[in-house]
Amino acid sequence: MIQFEHLHKSYGEGREAHEVLHDINLDIRKGEVFGILGSSGAGKSTLVRCINLLERPTKGKVVIDGKDVTDASGARLAELRSSIGMIFQNFSLFQQRTVLRNITFPLELNHVAKAERTARAEKLLDMVGLAGYGDRYPSQLSGGQQQRVAIARALANNPSIMLCDEATSALDSTTTVQILDLLRRINREMDVTMVVITHSLSVARSICDRVAMIDGGRIVEEGETEALFANPQSDILKALIASANAQNTRRADEADGTGRSDTKNSEVK
Amino acid sequence: MTAVIQEFINEYGELLLDGTWETLVMTIVSTLVAYVIGIPVGVLLTISGPGALRPNRVLHTVLGWIVNIGRSIPFIILLVAMIPLTRLLMGTSLGVAGAIPPLIVSAAPFVGRMVEQSLAEVDDGLIEAAQSFGASTWQVVTKVLLFESLPSLVRGAAITFINLFGYSAMAGTVGAGGLGDIAIRYGYQRYQYDVMVVSVVLCVILVQIFQSLGNVLARRIDHHSR
Repeated sequence: MIQFEHLHKSYGEGREAHEVLHDINLDIRKGEVFGILGSSGAGKSTLVRCINLLERPTKGKVVIDGKDVTDASGARLAELRSSIGMIFQNFSLFQQRTVLRNITFPLELNHVAKAERTARAEKLLDMVGLAGYGDRYPSQLSGGQQQRVAIARALANNPSIMLCDEATSALDSTTTVQILDLLRRINREMDVTMVVITHSLSVARSICDRVAMIDGGRIVEEGETEALFANPQSDILKALIASANAQNTRRADEADGTGRSDTKNSEVK
Repeated sequence: MTAVIQEFINEYGELLLDGTWETLVMTIVSTLVAYVIGIPVGVLLTISGPGALRPNRVLHTVLGWIVNIGRSIPFIILLVAMIPLTRLLMGTSLGVAGAIPPLIVSAAPFVGRMVEQSLAEVDDGLIEAAQSFGASTWQVVTKVLLFESLPSLVRGAAITFINLFGYSAMAGTVGAGGLGDIAIRYGYQRYQYDVMVVSVVLCVILVQIFQSLGNVLARRIDHHSR
């Protein structure tokens, strides 16, 4: 569904050029939840932004649904972006718009009639569990609720692909689980292919069908989530898993000792 | 005491009322026109900047220079230097009509910077989000930049209005009419301090009213943190 072919991305030119993505080749299949795992600065955000061309590749191709979209511009670019929803770490909701008008924003861009926009938004609000919240403003909502609104907004145009950029990194662990459940449900029920950027092993483990580990702008390994984590090949993934395990053990000890666990910190990072 | 006040009102009431009216007309009209020019200038400055929506170094630099030059000319000089142009545009360089063009020319670059400042406060993440849904540059400007910064723009407009209010008093020195004109003619030239004091007090009251209006309006439309 989404293919990267020998994709490179550099910032700057000539001698000052700084390469952030190096020869990326990936094939993300229709209907799967694909994780892009890496630490900050690894290039995962840039890579995902090459899908909806918020970033333009320097070299190589981006193919979506069999069509080379690398050079899309104008109406074609707008159409491509309409078919790809996106959610962000800090939700990026419009503060001066109500919840309802945040969700109708993508429809407004496409000049959908008002009654139809509202009906669609109400339906989506219901789906993300926020029926009746339409008239509120984002600042009146909790982080988890704000991300739900952002998810509804991302779905407004009925996209076939959804990009999730560290969507749960600003949320506590309980809310993270709820949001991941919601994303999983959307993936299954609405047949939306998802690309999930995360630095968190537990996020990757809980919703991704397949994962690519990215480090220094290169894909160091990829595969089915379970198999990959059971038998990591790259040093970076081995280290990540080891540190997560160490943390888990430490937490388990602490929980045994005090008889309570701190939910806020129980997320494995 | 009442007799004194009554006499003062009889003598100067109409003069001061006319002055207030003239001041308001000068200030409101020039603020409005300054925004008609200043909003596009501020938008262009914002979107042509490095790494912005439509980077354009030449446009950004030239526009920046024009704005800076406009802002650096002292108003009193502009007032005199513009007399031929003002005559051409308004048919006179005197009175309220004569004061409006220089007020606009002095305020428009200032408004451009104020608008640029307000738009800069909009989170880049919101622009990116809008683009991710396929928004065109025009849609980002109108539906995100200007809309999200509306409370800040309103606060800026109150500041601009009060600046122009002060400048309109300065325009009084060349016979522009209004409260400033009255304060200068009666107080400075004829030593009628009572008239001067009352016109200054009227100025103070009007500034307070407009600042409060701006604050209340900005607070009412701002949903960012409540």
